[in-house]
Amino acid sequence: MSTLLRKIVMAATGLFLCFFLLIHCLGNTQLFMEPEQARLSFNAYSHFLTGNPLVKLISYVLYTSIIGHAVYALLITAKNKTAGGIYKKDNRGRASKWYSRNMGVLGTVVLIFLVLHFQNFWYVYKFGEIGIDANGNKDLYTVVVTAFQQLWLVIIYVTAMIALCYHLIHGIASSVRTLGLFHPKFVRWVHAFGVAYSVLICGGFAAMPVFIYITNLNS
Amino acid sequence: MKLHLKIWRQKNRKAQGKLVNYTLENVNPHMSFLEMLDTLNEQLIQNKEEPVEFDHDCREGICGQCGVVINGNAHGPLENTTTCQLHMREFKDGETVLIEPFRAKGFPVKKDLKVDRSAFDRIISAGGYVSVNTGQAPEANSIPVSHAIAEAAFDSAACIGCGACVATCKNGSAALFTSAKITQLAILPQSQEERKERALNMIAQMDKEGFGHCSNTEACEVECPQGISVLNIARMNYEYNRASFLKFKK
Amino acid sequence: MKLDAKIPQGPLEEKWLNYKKTARLVNPANRKKLDVIVVGTGLAGSSVAASLGEMGYNVKSFCFQDTPRRAHSVAAQGGVNAAKNYKNDGDSVYRMFVDTLKGGDFRAREANVYRLAECSLNLIDQAVAQGVPFGREYGGYLNNRSFGGVQVSRTFYARGQTGQQLLLGTYQALMRQVDKKTVALYSSHEMLDLVVIDERARGIIVRNLETGEIEKHAAHAVVLATGGFGKIYYLSTLAMGCNGSAIWRAHKKGAFFASPSWTQIHPTSLPQSGDYQSKLTLMSESLRNDGRIWVPKKAEDTREANTIPEEERDYYLERRYPAFGNLAPRDISSRAAKERIDAGHGVGPLKNAVYLDFSKAIKEQGQAKIAEKYGNLFRMYEKITGTNAYKEPMKISPAAHFSMGGLWVDYELMTTIPGLFALGEANFADHGANRLGANSLLQASVDGYFIAPYTIANYLADQIRTGKISTDHPEFEKAVKENKEKINNLLRIKGSRSVDYYHKKLGKLLYDYCGLTRTAEGLTYAIEEIKKLREEFYKNVYVPGENDTMNAELEKAGRVADYLEIGVLMCYDALTRNESCGAHFREEFQTEEGEAQRNDVDFQYISAWEWPGSLEQEPILNKEELKFEFVQPTIRSYK
Repeated sequence: MSTLLRKIVMAATGLFLCFFLLIHCLGNTQLFMEPEQARLSFNAYSHFLTGNPLVKLISYVLYTSIIGHAVYALLITAKNKTAGGIYKKDNRGRASKWYSRNMGVLGTVVLIFLVLHFQNFWYVYKFGEIGIDANGNKDLYTVVVTAFQQLWLVIIYVTAMIALCYHLIHGIASSVRTLGLFHPKFVRWVHAFGVAYSVLICGGFAAMPVFIYITNLNS
Repeated sequence: MKLHLKIWRQKNRKAQGKLVNYTLENVNPHMSFLEMLDTLNEQLIQNKEEPVEFDHDCREGICGQCGVVINGNAHGPLENTTTCQLHMREFKDGETVLIEPFRAKGFPVKKDLKVDRSAFDRIISAGGYVSVNTGQAPEANSIPVSHAIAEAAFDSAACIGCGACVATCKNGSAALFTSAKITQLAILPQSQEERKERALNMIAQMDKEGFGHCSNTEACEVECPQGISVLNIARMNYEYNRASFLKFKK
Repeated sequence: MKLDAKIPQGPLEEKWLNYKKTARLVNPANRKKLDVIVVGTGLAGSSVAASLGEMGYNVKSFCFQDTPRRAHSVAAQGGVNAAKNYKNDGDSVYRMFVDTLKGGDFRAREANVYRLAECSLNLIDQAVAQGVPFGREYGGYLNNRSFGGVQVSRTFYARGQTGQQLLLGTYQALMRQVDKKTVALYSSHEMLDLVVIDERARGIIVRNLETGEIEKHAAHAVVLATGGFGKIYYLSTLAMGCNGSAIWRAHKKGAFFASPSWTQIHPTSLPQSGDYQSKLTLMSESLRNDGRIWVPKKAEDTREANTIPEEERDYYLERRYPAFGNLAPRDISSRAAKERIDAGHGVGPLKNAVYLDFSKAIKEQGQAKIAEKYGNLFRMYEKITGTNAYKEPMKISPAAHFSMGGLWVDYELMTTIPGLFALGEANFADHGANRLGANSLLQASVDGYFIAPYTIANYLADQIRTGKISTDHPEFEKAVKENKEKINNLLRIKGSRSVDYYHKKLGKLLYDYCGLTRTAEGLTYAIEEIKKLREEFYKNVYVPGENDTMNAELEKAGRVADYLEIGVLMCYDALTRNESCGAHFREEFQTEEGEAQRNDVDFQYISAWEWPGSLEQEPILNKEELKFEFVQPTIRSYK
């Protein structure tokens, strides 16, 4: 497999994950509603996501993308480590952004976070003990609100979103380049769009635990 | 001025190398970096020691033969400048200067600071040309090329093949070098016939030489003496995707 | 020996056509049985190797650099001339022929120069087809700029890197043949010797510069395209590795050496700033379009340039050559600068430069306009000198640049050794005593693409029956032994001086006595001094390291050893030419106004020097008389 093809796999899976994040983020904005309304709405939304066969199919694509993205990242990094030179004194970093050079580290942070995230909510929803709301849907909302009353978890989530944000800023620009966008004007536009997209999505995600933590401070 | 030098010494391809310390007095700030190395060698010869081998030839920034990593930067502290165009006024009196060869899997060290960059030749010979024999050319003005295309082709063609892009890439990727030639020939009208094969063959050869993946850190553009744009890499990717896609349609 | 240039009969315009019509050919099936060695991979070497490979010959291509693309053709900035007449300004092959012949002060062959102009048309076509990104007009057609010494715009250019772009075109053509296996590439190999068997060139001895191994390579014909030897002056605009060793060693095997003393000294180079200096960087001649050259009127004036009032400045070019002013031709500008510097008016810390002042142009046109025209050159100047030339004048000085001389070749570019060809700057051919700007890229390319492929085929036509040339021949063994011995000798001396020490000394002697101006007395003195220097070299040079490894000092030692011999021949050449022509200016032969005095009655010939057999003997002068049938020599005047 050529180096370029491997990068295309990274770009394709990465861009799909970016798109997923948008949907995920938009869906989760229901958490910002009035608590009771949020509970019903959010739980109904969660229920919809688990029942629908199309959504199921997409979720398999999602899992494959995450695994594919991680596996190819490993393959690429392993090859790059042997191909690149090691210097006794290395000041090469002055010529590039730290997050561009450390996509693997940022990605690992995001991956570890993902495991935690799945364990926090996905696992509980699927296999854990969980209450039922007024509409008879599993009460994921309570699980979320309970979780985010723990300050340490909020900090982890916010930190992970910062890591994700930088990962996305480089990732979007890089993947579009891998796919071959070369016109300087459009490259500039896409780059600006990528930064805005990353900040908005990750900002939105980070705001959720913070919002829940603050609104529940007195209870 | 006085300099403390730490220079990579390595007997041959197989030998283990190491950094060796030298002290050089009376360095003139107007000297070029390579003239400073000349002066060191003169001193080593006077002391009956073996001089340091380093690549250099034209000493005016165009042949692409010189190139070392100085204090951790390919071609030294100045951006977009070859080693031969770097002058000692960029350094401070009493400074320690660490000099290493360009390093990458695709660039094995031959001796001291000299590296083998023949991989670049093989990438070019895999397709970096227009297949026109001597005598076959049509009248030059029968192929108009717009001013903008000619200028853009020149920007890509300006590459001097020094390898700083590879040396400065944490992945040892030759994407900037390869893409510059692919881009130049992809945009000119006279080189359209082999456009697909050229892109696929040159990229295959680039991989075969053991260069790493481009992860778009864009460091290469900053260190490139000719300031070749990373958008050439985007263009190479486009050409690769286009060629791969059109290949199946055939 | 009677020199036969083998110029074809017929009118000027038909000579080359006639040659091509009647030249012998080699059947395509037979070509792969014929081996050709090409030494050098600049424009001439790469293009001839690629062209022969395309035709189906078995080619071996050698260069001392780590890749063919580094050859010094890469450094040419300005452009390449061709009589396309795209500007509709009255250009033609004939006009270009006259300009070149006149620029060379009528010391070149008419037939060769005409062919150069004629083939210039094809070169542009070839380069464009290869993808060379020449400058274009907005309509998409090729653009031209004008250059010194002519009244038309015929110079094609790729910004300030024309040589690089042309070279990459031929390099790519060469690499295409390498991929097709018609050309075998040997980079990092240096030619040590030519092997001559039964009076024909049959191969070369090379040293693998990485392993030190001495190799033998046999062929039916050998092509030397090894460039110029201006680096003999040590400080020059040439690359560090440029050398005269290949042609000199061929000379010692019987090839005549023509006009070795004709070296072009370029007027606008950066001056030397100290003893450590290794090369002089060229600043494009185009700067003289807007820059004014001056020195202080008072000798030994140490004031800063900007503090010297207008009336105390001597704009000596404008004063001496009012018609051309600062745009006087290269040889004349260089000599005028030297005259002022020698008279004590030089500027800069070493008093070895003159000012090139843009203040008037900046005042008149504005800094933005000047930056647009020369921005890259001003940047380069600042990078090298640390001085902002918008604020104070540049300091420039003359520097050795191009060797008009080289191996003597006939119309077929064949030397006096059958089967040995010399192309590009390595031969003496087309530029006469002074080369016009933008003609060097042209000559190298034309030799390699359009001339040698025909003439080499003509030679090879009767070589088919010879069969494979074997490297087991005793001549090969002998050459290997001699060269190993030579190398070991150098390594054994273990004296106390570095190779560069001798090179610098030699360079100084040549600049002083065989440079811009020469005298019989100075040349006689220099011959003795160089001989002494050579003796001392073999007693006291220190070449460190071993033979069986990469050893840059050893490479340099071999080249300087040859330079010490070439230098003597240069002085003999200058000494025996009792006239001033082009780059060769003998102080004894000048007009009352101090201009060159050519002597067409006694010196209308090419000096072709023959190796006498040993260094103790004086070189033997052979003369090839020049006949001017189509253009009558005139006196150049730039007043």
